[in-house]
Formats: sequence, C-alpha cells, structure tokens
Amino acid sequence: MMTKFMTFLAAIMIAFANVGPAQAQEPLRLTLRDGVIEALPFALPAFQAEVAGSEQMAADISRVIAEDLNGTGLFRQIPSSAFISSPAGFGSPIAFADWRAVNAQALVVGAVAVNGGQVTVKFRLYDVFSGAEMGEGLQFAGTTDGWRRMAHKVADVVYSRITGESGYFDSRVVYIAESGPKDDRAKRVAIMDYDGANVQYLTDSSTIVLAPRFSPNGDRILYTSYESGFPRINILDVATVARQQLGTAEGEMAFSPRFSRDGRQVIYSLANGGNTDIYRTDLATGQNTRLTNTPAIETAPSFSPDGNQIVFESDRSGSQQLYIMPANGGEPQRISFGNGRYGTPVWSPRGDLIAFTKQQSGRFHIGVMRTDGTEERLLTSSFLDEGPTWAPNGRVIMFGRETQGADGTTSLYSVDITGRNLRRVTTPQGGSDPSWGPLQR
Amino acid sequence: MKHIIKAALLIGVLTLSACTNADRFGDGNTVDLNANGGFPGGSDVNQSSLDPSQNPASPQFFSQTIGDRVLFAVDTSTLTAQGRATLDGQAGWLATNSDYLAVIEGHADEQGTREYNLALGARRANAVREYLISKGLPSSRIRTVSYGKERPLAVCSAETCYSQNRRAVTIISIGQNS
Repeated sequence: MMTKFMTFLAAIMIAFANVGPAQAQEPLRLTLRDGVIEALPFALPAFQAEVAGSEQMAADISRVIAEDLNGTGLFRQIPSSAFISSPAGFGSPIAFADWRAVNAQALVVGAVAVNGGQVTVKFRLYDVFSGAEMGEGLQFAGTTDGWRRMAHKVADVVYSRITGESGYFDSRVVYIAESGPKDDRAKRVAIMDYDGANVQYLTDSSTIVLAPRFSPNGDRILYTSYESGFPRINILDVATVARQQLGTAEGEMAFSPRFSRDGRQVIYSLANGGNTDIYRTDLATGQNTRLTNTPAIETAPSFSPDGNQIVFESDRSGSQQLYIMPANGGEPQRISFGNGRYGTPVWSPRGDLIAFTKQQSGRFHIGVMRTDGTEERLLTSSFLDEGPTWAPNGRVIMFGRETQGADGTTSLYSVDITGRNLRRVTTPQGGSDPSWGPLQR
Repeated sequence: MKHIIKAALLIGVLTLSACTNADRFGDGNTVDLNANGGFPGGSDVNQSSLDPSQNPASPQFFSQTIGDRVLFAVDTSTLTAQGRATLDGQAGWLATNSDYLAVIEGHADEQGTREYNLALGARRANAVREYLISKGLPSSRIRTVSYGKERPLAVCSAETCYSQNRRAVTIISIGQNS
C-alpha cells in the first residue's frame, strides 16, 4: 500500500470507494496523488469535558485539532451549527444517520479531563458511511502546558489513518526571527511549533545569525553566526541551549551547514581566498574533508535520505544550477536545465523530490523537481521567496518570503507540494530560513 | 585684535567649505563668542574643530577623501576602472600608515539567495584584497568578511539602491601587524 503513496505526487485526489451503504465495507481512505481536489468533510464535535473545570481545555484542544486538519487543505470541518445531533457522551452509540445527513465522511469524538497539572485526551475516529470505527480509540496524557502537543498528536493520528501517511502536526520548526529596519535587521534563532505557536528564542540579537538547521532527531541546531566578526558555524543543543563552534581556520568563512542523516557529520560551505567550496566535518573526530574543488561557488549542500548523495548548487556553468554528487565527493551530475538560476536545493525526506529556490525574470519561486531534474514544478511566485524546508512527511514545504521595497518585511509561508494551500505561518515577528524538525515522539 | 581678525579669516574659509560639505562639519563643536558677551561693535568670531578628513593621516581622510568602497556590476566581482583608482589610493594610504590593518567587507544586493550572496560577497572582498596585495601590501594586514545581502546600505528594491549595495568596503583599524 505504501509504495503507491511513494510514487510521484502531482496533485491530490480524494478517492472514495465507499460513497454509499452498498459499499459500506470499503474503508474510508483519502488517497494523495494526481487528480481532482476536494477536501474531505469531517465533523469534530467539541470534545467532552469529563471533569468539571476541563471545559476550556476541551474547547482549546478541539480547536487545535480542527485547525491542524483544516490547515492541510485536505480536510474541511463541518460547522457545528449544521449538526443534527451531538454525541451524548464519549463512548455513547454514534447516530451515523445524523452524520451522514450532514455529509460528514469522518467523525472525531473525544473527551478531555484536567486533573491538577495533568491533562488526558482520548478520542475515537469513525468512518461515517460504513458506520465503523477507524482504528482503535487512543488516549494521550501529559502536563497541561503540553496540551497543544496532545491536540497535534490526535490530529496526526486522524491524518495518518485517513491518508495512510504519517502526519506532521506534532513537529517543531527552527527559523530566524527578524525585526527592525532592512538595513539594520535584528536576527535571532527561534524555535516554534509547526503552526507558529510557542515561539522561543535561542539566541539574542547581538550579532547576525543565519539559516538554522535541525538535526535529524531534533536535538541540535546548526546555524551561522557572526559573533566572532566572521561567519562561523555554531552547533546548539536544543535542551540546554549550550553552543559550540565548528572549528574554522583563521581567514576562512563557514556557512550553509546541514547535518547528515545520522547527525554525526556536518556538510557546509567554506569560503577561502574568495572561493567557496563544500566540506564535510566529522563531529566526533573533527576531521575535515573537502568535497568540491573548483574556482566556482559551491554551496547549499543537502544529503539524500540514504546518505549516499549530496545535492548542491554551483555556478561552474556560468550561472547557479543544481548538481548531485556522491557523498564522498566526486564528479557531480547537473540536474537543473531550465531558464533562470537555481539555488538552495533540499532533498525530500521521501527521497523522490528536490525542493529549490528559482530566480527568473526578477521573480523568485519555490519549486520541486525529481532527482533526475525532470518534472520541474514551480509552487510559488513572488518578489522574493527562498529557502524551502520539508515537512517530516514530505507533503508540505515551508519557506521564507520577503516583500518588496524599503519597508519590506519577511514572513514564513507553507505550501503543499502540489502548489495548493499556500498559507502564511503566523509568527510574532518577521521570519526567514525555516528548518522543519522531525515528528516528535 | 590681530588674533581675532586672523581667527575670523580662518572661520570664513571654514564656513565657505562647510557650504559645499555640509555633513563634514559638526555644529556641536562651534563656540559662539557672543554668548560670552562678545565684542561690542566688533565682528562675530566662531571657533570650530578642524575637519579630520583634511588630515591625510586620519581614518576619515581614508574613508571620505580617498574613498573606502568600490562598487560592482550585477553578479560580478570584477573591479571597475573607478574601483581600481580608489584602491590605488587605499593602497598608498595603507602603505604610508602602516599601523593600520584592513578588513574588507563584501556585500551583495538582495537579488539572490542568501547562501549564494554570501559566497559572492566573499568573491568581491577577495578581489579587493588581491588588488591591494598586488600593490605591495602584506597579506597579513588584510582580512576579508562577507555579509552577503544581510547589511544593505540602501533599502529600496530598485537598481538605484542595488548599485550602492553591491560593494566592498575597506574598514581600517589600528592593530598589531601579525
């Protein structure tokens, strides 16, 4: 079943085998692949407050679950004003006819209990047309300050059971929070939930910081800092906020870092004598290996998920283009051949696509192409879009957008890999250079 | 009285030049003698600090009179004839004032991705460094840093601003010659 979803995805079709009672034994399934777009209608009656005083928490959790699902563009919440009945209580029999009547295809019912500093969320997911439960009911428990994570976990399970793919809601994004005027922009490394909630700052604004990158398991962040007066790469521990500098020789500038998939190596750009090449450092041994050696600009390296290859940008042909080389260096293959300039390639977690920034005729685009350069598709267009990062399930891309002019501002956006569902990610200040972390455990 | 007339003449010269270089003369240094009672029936006499940019050994002379920056065409790091002339002046000044070290800052305009612009700024800074070395300056006195598109000088999204931002700026400071 999964191989079907691993195939190239150009658009989204919602395929229902079970549109009527005659086919009620077919499971509810939203298949993400080429085709027509119609969001799947679902009902999510406000989760029941099982304990007095849990009402607000129940309402908040219900709201975040619905926002997660609606935010994908794949699901559409049916307003509660349309409901014919509401569940009498968690575990009460479901009046499927009432939910079919409002055209709900999925139904999520749940309950929340707050006891002291602890919150418990339980829920069940139903296929309305077959009148069957999808999977088993689940329960999440934790401290009240982690309530949003519990909501995201419920939404991830719902998403996963209906699409057959893993979700991405219980994940975090590290990015650069920007404030102040364009010629004196203050930048800080910041971390947030995928939806822009719970922003925390990991550095102050005393120096320029650029392009943070999550480690594969989310425990560390690489970023470029000017605190020494020169661009250097820092490794920051997310839990302790302790940081150390990647060793760089005097006179060299290091930037554009990224972890290997096992988190043990860092690939990055080093500028020396005006020439920028790609290097790899083993974090345990400190050993440096030069991976490219040309007078051209080679930068923005990104590993393939299997760790065997690196995609990067180079202007060796005369303009910025994308290349793939073996992980230990060696002869690269050019993969981008369209008009314009291509930069900041990022290999998708599925391995099938490469996201990039394209600059053409004074506009910037976020796009994707297959790893052999075919089927290039531009997903966005604006005065300045750049720096794509993949959702953990490879379905959504987040990037930074800057508006034109003297008072131009930056913000984060996300877009589906089909080019649909472009959304602004609301952050307290401006934002750029997002890096999407893994699904949390 | 002779002194006062001399001073008045000097001020007259300074005031004249202040008209053409208004931003080079700070009002903060002016002392109005009339505020202390002045000279009844006499002419006004003001005192000002000498403009440091007139002193050839000053950093202000380097940055303002010689020029601390060179500009580049879109996506290039090739020095222009004008840029080389400026750098000839910089090289001469740094040769004379051997206590100074230089850091060359390379910059790019906003039309480009962040990483590429960092690399492009490095190319530009290095082009300046190589030129200064070719004029006889020891390489140990000149370092480079790229800011990419992070520190634009002019903020509009048009060529009038972009052309000012595609620059390499020579920042000098007194330091130990390593």
